[in-house]
Amino acid sequence: MDKLLQVDNLVTQFRTAEGKLSAVRGISFSVEKGETLCIVGESGCGKSITSLSIMGLLPSNGEIAEGSITFEGEVLTKKKEEELRQLRGNKMSMIFQEPMTALNPVFTVGYQLREPLVLHQHMTKRQATDKAVDLLEQVGIPDPKKRLKQFPHELSGGMRQRVMIAIALACNPSLLIADEPTTALDVTIQAQILDLIADLKRKMDMGVVFVTHDMGVVAEIADRVMVMYAGEVVEIGEVKEIFNNPQHPYTKGLLASVPNVDDEHHTLESIPGSLPNLNETIEGCRFHPRCPLATDRCKREDPPIFDVMETHQSKCWLQEVNVHDKAATSS
Amino acid sequence: MTKQQPLLEVKNLKKYFPIKSGILKRTTGNVQAVENVSIDVYEGETLGVVGESGCGKSTFGRTVLGLEPLTAGTITFRGQEVGGFPYRQLKKFKKEMQMIFQDPYASLNPRQRVGDTLEEAFIIHTDLPKQERQQRVRELLVEVGLKEEYYERYPHEFSGGQRQRIGIARAIALNPSLIVCDEAVSALDVSVQAQIIKLLKRLQQSHQLTYLFISHDLGVVRHVCDRVLVMYLGATAELASSDQLYSNPLHPYTRALLSAIPRPIPGKKRERIRLQGDLPNPADYPQGCPFHTRCPLATEQCAKERPEWREIEQGHFVACHEV
Repeated sequence: MDKLLQVDNLVTQFRTAEGKLSAVRGISFSVEKGETLCIVGESGCGKSITSLSIMGLLPSNGEIAEGSITFEGEVLTKKKEEELRQLRGNKMSMIFQEPMTALNPVFTVGYQLREPLVLHQHMTKRQATDKAVDLLEQVGIPDPKKRLKQFPHELSGGMRQRVMIAIALACNPSLLIADEPTTALDVTIQAQILDLIADLKRKMDMGVVFVTHDMGVVAEIADRVMVMYAGEVVEIGEVKEIFNNPQHPYTKGLLASVPNVDDEHHTLESIPGSLPNLNETIEGCRFHPRCPLATDRCKREDPPIFDVMETHQSKCWLQEVNVHDKAATSS
Repeated sequence: MTKQQPLLEVKNLKKYFPIKSGILKRTTGNVQAVENVSIDVYEGETLGVVGESGCGKSTFGRTVLGLEPLTAGTITFRGQEVGGFPYRQLKKFKKEMQMIFQDPYASLNPRQRVGDTLEEAFIIHTDLPKQERQQRVRELLVEVGLKEEYYERYPHEFSGGQRQRIGIARAIALNPSLIVCDEAVSALDVSVQAQIIKLLKRLQQSHQLTYLFISHDLGVVRHVCDRVLVMYLGATAELASSDQLYSNPLHPYTRALLSAIPRPIPGKKRERIRLQGDLPNPADYPQGCPFHTRCPLATEQCAKERPEWREIEQGHFVACHEV
C-alpha cells in the first residue's frame, strides 16, 4: 500500500510565559490510503495538537520545532503558508468537534459549501450549487435544496456535523482528519455519523486520522490505533492487537477503565493520579508516576520503542524483557 | 425490593417553559421539558436517568431539587410535600437534597479558596464556631481523597478530577440523604472517571446516600445504577432494574439507544437499529406517543393516543402500545 501521510519525529512547541513547552514530543507514524488510524488518549495528551500540526493550523504561539510531515510525497513542514492553503480543504481536510463553532454563523450553509468548490476547483456558482446539493444528499440530509438557504443555527447538532463533513469532502480529499467529530453528539446520532464516515471512506478510498477518547468508537472504526500519553506515542498497532493483546500499562489501564455495557460484573479499574502538566519535567518514562509496574529503571531512563510484532510497537521497558525472552526461547 | 416508604415520590410532574413573544411578551407556547413523570425513589438506591440531550433529564433533576419551580404535579420527600413551596420553607430540605454538577469549574467560585466555598454550607445551615467549621472542611477534603492543605487553594489550581472531588465534598458536607448527580462524570477522562465513580460508590456506603444519577453514558449508568429510567422528549419511556433494562429492553427507543453504543470489541459486527432523524422540537410537542415520529414500529394508534405507563413485569414499566 502507498504511504499517504508520513510523520517523522514530530515535536510541536508552544511559546508561553513559562518558556517553550512541548505538547508533542517526537512522535512518528504513518497513514496509508484507505486506512483509518485512530489516535486515542486523555485530554491534554497532544492528540489534537498532532492533528493541527499536520493541517498547519497551529495557534500563533505554536510551532513545529523538529521533525517532518510528508503528505503524498511532499514535505509539508517546508511549505509556505500559501502553498498549504492550496492543500487544505482540497487534498486534505478536517472535521472539528464542535460544528457550531467551526461553521460561520453569518453565512448560509450553501455559501460555506460552495466556498471550497469555487476556490479550489474553480467552479462557477451554478456548478458549485449543483455539487453542494449532491454533497448534502451524500451525507444524508433530507431536502438539501432547502437546507442550502438555511443558516447553521437552524440545524440540529447532528445536521451541522453532517454539513461539516460535506464541506470537508467537497473536493474529494485523500486525507480526512476528524478531531472528536462525535463527542458532542448523542449516541444515536453518533452511530449515524460513524456509519457515514466509514461509508464515505470506502467509496472515496480516503486515509482517515480519527482523534477520539472513546474506546468504543475506536473499536468500531479503526484499522490501526495509536495511543498517546503526555505528548508521546506509547503504543501503536492494529486494532485487534491493541484491544486483545495490549502491552503498555497505560493502554491496559485505559481499556480497564471503560465501563462495559454488556457485562454487569465487570470491575472498573482506574489509573491513579492524573496527566502531568506540560511544564512538569519527568525523569525517565513519562508514565512512571502513574504506572503500577514502574521499576527503578523507569524512573531513570526513558524507554525506546520496542517491537512487539512487526505491526505492533510499545514504548515500555517491560517490552525489552519480553523481547529478550522470545529471543531466548527461540534460540 | 421490599415495599418500603419511598424517600422521594414524584407524581405527574410537569415542567413547562413558556415561550414569550411580541411586544407584550405574551406566552405564545410552551417548551414541554418534563411531561408527566411519575417515579418513586427508595432509600439507598441509585436511580439512573438516561436519554439524549434535550430529553428533559437535567430539568427533571433540577425540578426535583426545587431549583426550578414546577408547573404541575407533586414532589414528596420523606412523606412531606416539597414541590412548589417558597425557598424559606424549604431550607431544611435543602440540607437533605444536594446536587453534583457536570462542570465542576463552572460551579466553583474562582475567586474563593475552596476551603471557604466548602465552609459556606456550615455557615448557612449550622451554628458551629469558626474553628470547628474549618475542621469539618478539612475532614471533608480528606474524605473525598484530597489533602488538608488544599483548603488554601483556588479552583484553578486543581485538575478536572480534583475539582469534581471538591464538588462532591460540597454536596456531602451537610450529610444529605439524596444527591442528584447531573452528568457528574461525563466531562472527565475515562481513567479519572473511574476514580470518581469509585469515590461515589464508597460515599454511598459510608453516608447511606441515595443517588439520582443523570447521565447520557449508558455504560457508566449500567455500572453505577440499581434501577434505570429512560426518558424521551420529557416523558418516561421505560423503567426497570439495571439488569432487566440491559438484558431485556422493551421500549423501541431503549433498544435503539442500547444498540447505538459503540462496544470496545473490535471486529464485532452488531445489529444496529437505525433511528431516522433527530429529536423533535419540544416546543412543538408531537401528538400521541412522543417517539412515534422516529419509531420503527409506529402505527396509526401511536400517532393518536399517548401510550399508558404500564407495569409489564415486576418493577418493569414501559410506555408503548406495541409491547
